[in-house]
Amino acid sequence: MTGVFERLAGACRVWLRNYESWKDFAVASLVGTVAEPLLFFAAMGFGLGRFVDDIQGQPYVAFLAPGLVAATAMNAASFETTFGSFTRMTEQRTYEAIVMTPISVAEVVAGDILWAASKSLLGGAVILAIMAPLGLIQSPLALAVLPLTFGVGIMFGALGMAYTAIAPSYTFFNYFFTLVIGVMFLFSGVFFPLEGLPAWVGWAAWLLPLTHAVTLMRSLTIGTLDASLWGHAIWLAVFTLVVFWLSVRLIRRRLIR
Amino acid sequence: MPTDGVHPTEIGGAGEPLVRARGLLKAYASEPVVKGIDFEVRRGECLGFLGPNGAGKTTTINMICCFVEVGSGTLEVFGEPVGGDARSIKRRLGVVSQDNNLDPDLTVIKNLLVYGRYFGLARDRRLARAEELLAFVQLEEKRDAHIRTLSGGMRRRLTLARALISNPELLILDEPSTGLDPQARHVVWQKLRALNRAGVTMLLTTHYMEEAAQLCDRVLIMDEGRIIARGTPAGLIEEHIGAEVIELYSDDPAHADAVAVLEREADHVERAGDEVYGFFRHGDRARALLPTLAEHHFVHRRATLEDVFLRLTGRELRE
Repeated sequence: MTGVFERLAGACRVWLRNYESWKDFAVASLVGTVAEPLLFFAAMGFGLGRFVDDIQGQPYVAFLAPGLVAATAMNAASFETTFGSFTRMTEQRTYEAIVMTPISVAEVVAGDILWAASKSLLGGAVILAIMAPLGLIQSPLALAVLPLTFGVGIMFGALGMAYTAIAPSYTFFNYFFTLVIGVMFLFSGVFFPLEGLPAWVGWAAWLLPLTHAVTLMRSLTIGTLDASLWGHAIWLAVFTLVVFWLSVRLIRRRLIR
Repeated sequence: MPTDGVHPTEIGGAGEPLVRARGLLKAYASEPVVKGIDFEVRRGECLGFLGPNGAGKTTTINMICCFVEVGSGTLEVFGEPVGGDARSIKRRLGVVSQDNNLDPDLTVIKNLLVYGRYFGLARDRRLARAEELLAFVQLEEKRDAHIRTLSGGMRRRLTLARALISNPELLILDEPSTGLDPQARHVVWQKLRALNRAGVTMLLTTHYMEEAAQLCDRVLIMDEGRIIARGTPAGLIEEHIGAEVIELYSDDPAHADAVAVLEREADHVERAGDEVYGFFRHGDRARALLPTLAEHHFVHRRATLEDVFLRLTGRELRE
C-alpha cells in the first residue's frame, strides 16, 4: 500500500513535467487560455451589454464576468486533458514511458488533471485581475473564486480525461466539444439567467456541472451568500470525485493491457 | 566475464534469480500469446529472448515491467509478485522500449532530468548522473538539442541513458538495435557489454542472432508463445547444429553433383528455396570436403545461432 504522500509526490512530478514542457511556449499557450475569454468579455460585456438591462440588479458586464471565469476554467482544463493528454497518451507515448518508472497510472492521470486545473486557475485569475479595477468585484469573498476555479478545473480536467480514455481518435473530440462543452458554455447561465425560463430548462441546466460553478462564482463576486450554495458545492464535489475515479479506471484500462 | 558462453553464475551457482516465472501465461481476448513459460533471470547475467515476430517476447518483458498484467501463473521480480502499481519493483528496473518514447516536448538533458525525477532522485544527483550518462552514450554535444533533431541511433542511445538514470539493478531492453545502421548498432552493443561487465543484469529481446551471440550469456528461444530451447549460444549451436556449415548455391552448373556430395557426407541437409545447407557435427569432416567442392559455388562457415534459430522455428515467413 502506497502512502498518500508518495502518491501526491508522484502526481506533482507529472505536473512538473508538464510545466517544464509548457514554460518554453508559455506565451503561445497563454493566448489560448486567456485571450479568448477576454475577447468574449469585451464583446459581450461592453458591446452587447450596452443594449441589455440590469440583471439581478447588476449591470450586464458584472453579471457576465463571473460566468466567464467559470467558463474559462472549463475550457482551459477541457482542452488540456483532451487534446493535450490524448497526444501524450497516444502519439508521444509519454504515459507509457512514465508508468514504467515508479509513477502509477493514477498519478499520471492526477498529475495531468492538476496541470489542467492550474491552467484554469491562471485563466480565471487574469479575468479576476481585470474585473477588479473595473469595479466588477463587490465583495472580498471574490478571493474564494481562485480556489474554486482550481476545483472547477479539476472537475472538467477529469471529465476531459475520462472522454480521452475512450476516444478512438482526435476527430471524436468534436462530439465532446460541441455536445458537452459547447452546450454547457451556452446554457449554464453564463450569458443569461436561467430564472424565468420554462421550468424544464432549469432542471436540464441543473444536470450541467457548469451551472453550479457559475452560480457559486457569481454569488462570491457579488457577495450574496445563502445556504442554497452548499447544494451546488456538494453537487460539484460529488461529481468531481466520481469523474476522477472514472477517469483513472478508464485510462488504466486503455494503457495497461 | 563469460568464457565460451558459459557464465560464471552457472558454474558457481551464484547469481540469485531477479526474475522468476512459472507457468506464465497471457491471453488477449482468449487468444493466448504467452503459453505457460518458465524461466529465470539471474543476477549479473545477460539473458536474451530470441524469437520471430509474434513469439510473445515483448508481451513477456512487458509483464516484468508491470505494463501488461499477468494472465496466470506466477511472475516474481526481485522476489516480489508483480501486480498493483508495483512501485518497489519499478524503482529497481530500467526499461528501454522497442519504439522511441522519449519525451518530444523536452530537450535531451531535460529528458534525463525529468525522468530521474519520476524516480524521486534529488536534483543535484540527477544532474550529475545525467551529465555522466550523456558522456557514456556520447551525446554531450546534443545536450540542449530537441529530440526531433536526433538520428535514430542517437535516440536509442538517449533511451538507454534514460533507463540508466536510476542505476537500475535489472535493465530490460526490447530489441535494442532494431532499425539502427551497423555503426549505430555496434556502438549500442559496446555500451551494453560495458554495462554488463560493470554488473548490470540485462534481459533483452532480439531477432538478430548476431546480437544475441555477441551479448548474451544465455538465450531462450521462443516461438508461438513457448520457450522451445534454452542454453548458452555456443551450447545451443553445439547441441542443435554442430560445428560447421557448407552452403551450396543453385547457380552452380554442377549443382546436383555438389548436392550429392553433401547428402552423402553431411550429418544433416536442409533445403531452402534454391539453397542447400549441409551441417557437420565435426568441423574436420566439412573441411575434408573442400577439395572435392573446389570447382563448385559454395560457402564454408562456422555454425551460428541463426542456424539454430532457423532449425527450430522453421523458415516460413512470419507476420
